[in-house]
Amino acid sequence: MSTQTKTPLVPFDEALTRYEPVMGLEVHVELGTNTKMFCGCATEFGAEPNTQVCPVCLGLPGALPVVNAKAVESAIRIGLALNCEIAEWCRFARKNYFYPDQPKNFQTSQYDEPIAFDGYTDVEVDGEVYRIEIERAHMEEDTGKSLHVGGATGRIHGADHSLLDYNRAGIPLIEIVTRTIEVPGDKAPLVARAYVNQLRDLMVALGVSDARMDQGSLRADVNLSLRPAGTTALGTRSETKNVNSFRSVERAVRYEVGRHAGILDAGQKVVQETRHFHESDGTTSPGREKSDAEDYRYFPEPDLAPVAPSRAWVEELRGTLPEPPSERRKRLQAEWDFSDLDMRDTIGAGALELVAATVAAGAAPQAARKWWLGELARRSNDTGVDLADLPITPEQVAGIQALIDAGRLNDKLARDVFDGVLAGEGTPEEVVASRGLELVSDDGALGEAVDQAIAANPDVADKIRDGKVQAAGALIGAVMKQMRGQADAGRVRELILERLS
Amino acid sequence: MSSPLSREDVAHLASLARISLSVAELDRLGAELPAILDHVAAVQGVVESAGADVAPMSHPAPITNVFRADEPSPGLSRDDALAGAPASEEDRFLVPKILGEEA
Repeated sequence: MSTQTKTPLVPFDEALTRYEPVMGLEVHVELGTNTKMFCGCATEFGAEPNTQVCPVCLGLPGALPVVNAKAVESAIRIGLALNCEIAEWCRFARKNYFYPDQPKNFQTSQYDEPIAFDGYTDVEVDGEVYRIEIERAHMEEDTGKSLHVGGATGRIHGADHSLLDYNRAGIPLIEIVTRTIEVPGDKAPLVARAYVNQLRDLMVALGVSDARMDQGSLRADVNLSLRPAGTTALGTRSETKNVNSFRSVERAVRYEVGRHAGILDAGQKVVQETRHFHESDGTTSPGREKSDAEDYRYFPEPDLAPVAPSRAWVEELRGTLPEPPSERRKRLQAEWDFSDLDMRDTIGAGALELVAATVAAGAAPQAARKWWLGELARRSNDTGVDLADLPITPEQVAGIQALIDAGRLNDKLARDVFDGVLAGEGTPEEVVASRGLELVSDDGALGEAVDQAIAANPDVADKIRDGKVQAAGALIGAVMKQMRGQADAGRVRELILERLS
Repeated sequence: MSSPLSREDVAHLASLARISLSVAELDRLGAELPAILDHVAAVQGVVESAGADVAPMSHPAPITNVFRADEPSPGLSRDDALAGAPASEEDRFLVPKILGEEA
């Protein structure tokens, strides 16, 4: 454990006056294959414990692995989408460690021969493009899930023993590793967030993973170090794990900048260690200290034949790639007729693909943008859940907008429908029905309310009779109040003017 | 033969392999392990004398791209999976506490 004394956290902006952050991001993508990386076990999320296991993924003696062709195909497509070279020949390697989450006592991974390497992807933050260089993307397998029993609330420290479910052990993972990212310090948190967000969008577009951070199918580790402003030597880095949302990626970078600055200001040394991110307060705490003991003794996996993708196969897969992100942004902006500012805000909110899917489901681009960046972004901020992970689909958002376009909802009622859908009450139509949110536009009910409003406000009625049409607003307000907001304001106005002209 | 491994080196290897060794055992293995290293060095010598034309193999057969289709096949029942475990609880494998040395 760290013996360091606690030093104060330096405010982010102040830290940047003295230091420059250097980041590296490691992202694990759990592939959405039907079976595991090296055996035919199913990969369904949420299955009963230890019901998707076999001798291979349990590491039983004599069991032999065989590579999943689809996983290799996905790895190559991910590599190509990240502008990587694809190895002509590469091998798997054993990463040896004793930890019960991996029953074989090694993880089958790749070491110095990754299937994809030397790539890049361009992300956009506040209208500026930043190139993130990709060092490598390699194939490996996921670990089992541990449940720590005894001690406080499932935490590893103080647990009496642990319980292991190996359903996840052996599910294919692609680990994507960046080179060091050096961007202006004030942009670093947003660039990190934008990069992880872009990887998610790419994985979904490739159809290789559902890439949900909240379910762990996309996981980010944030490596960060500081160096005195204007210098070039790299400082000691920390590796923050457990970063489970795009928002947390940004917060983790901010927090670690402040923490490192405090340590360096005090003349102390940053300890190279793994740290855990805490969603609740945005802080990190020490995990394992990296030391010489972490010696994985990699060696080539003797049970698996090398992977040598033919160039013809690689080119065939290149033909299946989705539109590159930067081209897609340009095309969508033109199609949607968004201003640069609209586009920048949409990208910044991580809503580009959500808006795109909402538009594809029939909503007008500006309407789609309005809901995702307004109402839903507010709820995302309030709950700390990423926009993409809110329990509402783009199709449902388009459905609500369609009800507005059909005159059956106004914006106020639509917000109640959002409440219902987000609370799991069903589809927009079901929420409208069960909560009785439909806009009243039939003249019978409205006429009655209009007559009452006119009777209750004779002065206003006289003004309108005298031709001051703008005074109708007061009567519309009175009707809306009586109808609890569920009146069709346009029709109310018409009825008022009919009666008073 | 190579010189003996230091006590520290043997202790490091032992800790990586999760083997507890007495000082006497450390010294005995420190003297014996170089024989294995020499043996591997002999293989290394063959590789070097063969030159760049002969690539070292990591698999006994000169084959590549041995894949299977992404189609599920039956695994073990949960009872069978847990049958060999020294202990289980809540349908999971029970293991001693992790990070015991740190807790």
